[in-house]
Amino acid sequence: MSKLQTNVMAHRSLQNERPFSTKRFFLQWEWMLVLLFIIINVINTFLSPNYLVFDSIMSAIQMFCDKAILVFPMMLVILVGDIDISVASIMALSAVIMGVGYNAGLPMGAAILLALCVGGACGFVNGILLVKFKELSPMIVTLVGQIVFRGIASIILEDGAAGSFPSWFQYLGWGYVGRIPFILIVVLIEAVIFLYAIHFTRFGRNVYAMGNNETTARYSGIKTDRIRLFIYVLMGIFAGIAAIFLASKMGSVRPSVAKGYEMDVIAMVVLGGVSNNGGKGRVIGVVIATFIVGLLRYGLGIVNVPSQTIMIIVGVLLIVAVIIPNLKSTLGGYRWFQKLMR
Amino acid sequence: MKKFISLAMVLILSLTIFAGCGGGSSTPAQSSGAAAPAADSSTAAGSSTADSATAGDRVYALVAKDVNNPYMKKAYEGFEAACQELGVTALYKGPDQATPEKQIEIINQLVAQNVALIAVAANDYDALEPALKSAMDKGIQVVSLDSAVNANSRKLHINQADPEKIGRVLVQAAYEMVDGNGGMAILSATAQASNQNLWIEWMQKELEENSDKYKDTPLVKIVYGDDEPTKSTNETQALLMDENVKVIIAPTTVGMLAAGKYLQDNNSEVKLTGLGLPSEMAPFIEDGTCPWMYLWNPVDLGFLAAYAGDALVTAGITGAAGDTFTAGRMGEMAIVDAPGGGTEVLLGDPFKFEPENIAEWKAIY
Repeated sequence: MSKLQTNVMAHRSLQNERPFSTKRFFLQWEWMLVLLFIIINVINTFLSPNYLVFDSIMSAIQMFCDKAILVFPMMLVILVGDIDISVASIMALSAVIMGVGYNAGLPMGAAILLALCVGGACGFVNGILLVKFKELSPMIVTLVGQIVFRGIASIILEDGAAGSFPSWFQYLGWGYVGRIPFILIVVLIEAVIFLYAIHFTRFGRNVYAMGNNETTARYSGIKTDRIRLFIYVLMGIFAGIAAIFLASKMGSVRPSVAKGYEMDVIAMVVLGGVSNNGGKGRVIGVVIATFIVGLLRYGLGIVNVPSQTIMIIVGVLLIVAVIIPNLKSTLGGYRWFQKLMR
Repeated sequence: MKKFISLAMVLILSLTIFAGCGGGSSTPAQSSGAAAPAADSSTAAGSSTADSATAGDRVYALVAKDVNNPYMKKAYEGFEAACQELGVTALYKGPDQATPEKQIEIINQLVAQNVALIAVAANDYDALEPALKSAMDKGIQVVSLDSAVNANSRKLHINQADPEKIGRVLVQAAYEMVDGNGGMAILSATAQASNQNLWIEWMQKELEENSDKYKDTPLVKIVYGDDEPTKSTNETQALLMDENVKVIIAPTTVGMLAAGKYLQDNNSEVKLTGLGLPSEMAPFIEDGTCPWMYLWNPVDLGFLAAYAGDALVTAGITGAAGDTFTAGRMGEMAIVDAPGGGTEVLLGDPFKFEPENIAEWKAIY
């Protein structure tokens, strides 16, 4: 090897390896989340003796798993620095079209496929607008989507409902495999797939690169447009999947289903450590955060804390989650802070 | 400082791992006791997990359509009063938006809390079935009130008044208010609410069966205000743009209030009737916007629901037709077959509120 190559290799290896520090390892955001998760469970157990009952917790998990389905594709969206607030509306439209299609005579399997296609199409619309019109911000485009998709659903179904799905369809949202809800198994499989895709493939690395600095990524040869479009279509398809599970849980669909879901999903992703500017965050953090938010709601709910108060608590949690990683950069200039952190 | 924080957290973490080892499901008291040193065991749940609890530990829960609905709150007043007489704890829960999804979550939470009775005013006839079935499987009694669930999801329905009477009398009232000449419109609540749909069905039947009488007063439109004041007002505004609409029937207290306000503010010629709370609608009855309206006593409804549920819990009735039970000051009530399946108990007849009696009733509810 040439002298240049050896030097470059040595330089590179020096850059990539820091000595392993126990302190730094455990101060990672994900460990904080684990701690928070344990604290939440301890608090909930103290609040009510009914909390730590396996079947009840599984039942509660089954309830928020339809949001959990959306969490992983949303993580991809936020990792590239974008956002998608139209997911709930995509869910509504997919669900409505599935219901109407089934009621019009389509076999259930075809109706399910239709839901996925509609979801993907909506995601495609979001993505193509953002890719072709780069001046548009994702917030605005998906805001329009949020209004328009649900609007289309309302035009199709007006104030009515579509449903009467076949009885086997109920299994998706309510069924159990042994004592574990079926939907939880689906979410866990999804988590493993996304974990692999994000942390162990080139695609994942490209996503992180885009999130960190999109211009650099593009000039490095990463096909940012294609990736962005793919991510939004993926988000749409998963919204369709979530819609299927929601329809199974509800037994019927209306244009007003899933209102407000996007906020919860984004909260779970951000709490999981995914930075709003993109480029940071890990799947395991998002998984823990999802369970934190879901079980917190459940635990507070069974001691009858009013839902408004629960919203405030989750909101505070979210603000703290966003502030703490930035604490060092915000307060770092102050001497008292530096002394504290010595 | 950083070192200290990280060390402390690692310590706490490892201790809580031992807590987890203590077995999760059936011994909550022990596992939480071994948990984080920060926890104060004096605040530990000292309550026994006794199932065959004494009356004081029993909890009866009322799940409203939405937690802010004044009608539901009135029903809870009666529910709570009855529970006090019965010596049980009353609980009021409801979603912040009238959706069945949120009601399902609430029902699951109540099942986890092991309440003795769930009385629900449903946002959807069928959607709550899986959740309520699992409640009944656990031994929890389920009744529905105001807005029914299907017969498989409940033991008994508390019906406030015969829906046929409600539907017919509202259409007849609207007819009189426009002297037999003018279109009718219905401002309903949510499109899935079972009570709304039942009443609307009877209204349509009344119109069809007497099509000669009503030939000049057709039903022009049905709109849905979702029991939200803003949406109800917008729908009223939209109705007023249609010149054919001369009278609005609003079989929902939220819709009545919104429509009444809007009509009054705009000095409209359009008349209003429906089901409204006297305390809210008094100004509109007094000034003629709403010449008269109907309702029943929601406080009594909640009261009856609690007693009916209690009879299921303690007195061993099964909710079958022919069973009877005593409902406190309301005396003996009989359970009858409900149209559409299942059984119900009837509160009474709809009551007419008009300028002569509104002053007296607006103070009561």
